[in-house]
Amino acid sequence: MTIKEIQDEIVDEFSMFEDWMQRYEYMIELGKSLPLIDEKYKTEDNIIKGCQSKVWVHAELENDKLVFTADSDAIITKGIIAILIRAFSNQRPQEIINADTAFIDEIGLKEHLSPTRANGLVSMIKQLKLYAVAYQTQLN
Amino acid sequence: MIETVLDIQTIRKDFPILNREVNGKPLVYLDNAATSQTPQQVIDVIVDYYQNYNANIHRGVHALSQEATDKYEQARQKIQKHFNAGKGYEIIFTSGTTHGINLVANGFSSLLKKGDEILVSAMEHHSNIVPWQMLCERTGAVLKVIPMNEEGELLMDEYSKLLSERTKLVFCNHISNALGTINPIEEIIEKAHAVNAAVLIDGAQAAPHVKADMQALDVDFYTVSAHKMCGPTGVGALYGKEEWLNKLPPYQGGGEMIAEVTFEKTTYADLPHKFEAGTPNICGGIAFGAALDYMNAIGFDAIAAYEHELLEYATEQLLSIEGLRIYGTAKHKTSVISFNIGGIHPYDIGTILDKLGIAVRTGHHCAQPIMDFYKIPGTVRASFSFYNTKEEADALVSGVERARNMLL
Repeated sequence: MTIKEIQDEIVDEFSMFEDWMQRYEYMIELGKSLPLIDEKYKTEDNIIKGCQSKVWVHAELENDKLVFTADSDAIITKGIIAILIRAFSNQRPQEIINADTAFIDEIGLKEHLSPTRANGLVSMIKQLKLYAVAYQTQLN
Repeated sequence: MIETVLDIQTIRKDFPILNREVNGKPLVYLDNAATSQTPQQVIDVIVDYYQNYNANIHRGVHALSQEATDKYEQARQKIQKHFNAGKGYEIIFTSGTTHGINLVANGFSSLLKKGDEILVSAMEHHSNIVPWQMLCERTGAVLKVIPMNEEGELLMDEYSKLLSERTKLVFCNHISNALGTINPIEEIIEKAHAVNAAVLIDGAQAAPHVKADMQALDVDFYTVSAHKMCGPTGVGALYGKEEWLNKLPPYQGGGEMIAEVTFEKTTYADLPHKFEAGTPNICGGIAFGAALDYMNAIGFDAIAAYEHELLEYATEQLLSIEGLRIYGTAKHKTSVISFNIGGIHPYDIGTILDKLGIAVRTGHHCAQPIMDFYKIPGTVRASFSFYNTKEEADALVSGVERARNMLL
């Protein structure tokens, strides 16, 4: 599936929720459900600093696709990371570079991607794109 | 019911912002330790300034400039009176507490030598740590820390041991922003003076709750921000004893702070202008005076008594939530409650509360050393003001319970 198709699928899923409580409960479930990163990658180097919640990001190229793993110590942040990973991981670097994040607005979580929100998500997306740029350069 | 002589519902009508909704819910504003809300009386003064007498001050020959100068200097007198400073020129207008601290730290760099010691308390705001670290780097002085206990109280015996003839400066907040602890500054000042050390007290958190008396405290420097006490942001005051202010060199060069300028030599203006380079925040200064008028009309004794009742009530209710721990349980504290629940990240709780229209602060509150002390990433901090109500405390408690149920 393309990034856009996955994003549309996520938007569809979220459209079933009636209010913010349900959306947040779903995100908290996502946040709790899976380990998103191998413990060995939760290093100081992989941490995105200056945020209230810690966010770790790791990237690896598998074949010609970029696989992201990430984590956070805050559960709501982790839930959004799970959504972002679902949309961006296992895609070609060029597609990650071109992708936008407007779907976060559509699923009613816009406030979490505000540049003034100190949760690390904006920096995380920037980091995902930087990895994509770096690996794209390597592929070229 | 919480007993008070104050008519809280009438007071609340003075604050237009308290009527707004956030995320479809009535705003419950419990982030007063970060900034207080502004009453209409102060907003009116700000509007009046720009509508009727906006002009640059001190040098103007025209009527508007004279009016603005008079109002600005009247505000200085109000601040002097409020804090019972001996002289009007011992009140320096600043951009806020941080500016005041930096002004003193910068001034001391010419007075300190290698091996001199500066003491700071373990519960300082970053703004009260970084300037001293920079000062130590410049001068070779050594920074030492007055430790605290689990309750968030300074260990005064340890403080006594740290004091020596090498101690030149002691810095401490009057009230901790992260824990609400009211520090025994009378004792801190007295002991520092016994070894001839100067004392700067950060009064940012104290000023909205208690009326500090500069002469009775015999403090050398005391610094406050207007925006914590119903005034606007970007303005504050530094009190300094005349003898100390005369010893310190000017902080910034510019207009206002000079007496005579030639290319060979500049002589500095007298106090307070020596420290007030450039066009100040004129409107902000005048509004600061109006904010003091407003709070004094309500009365600091009544404010402190009511806020204490709110603190006791909210503390008791919050502690009924399973797993909730309060950080900062000093015997003497103001209406600040810092807490966590189990392993839940404070950011998650703050996010859910925001959805419920409840404004709290989450994170390390610019006091990372305190968080390191308790080995936590941060806390949720609810801070109450005199315009908050028992019902708002109840809303907080039910919001926290709801967040706990969602997050655990």
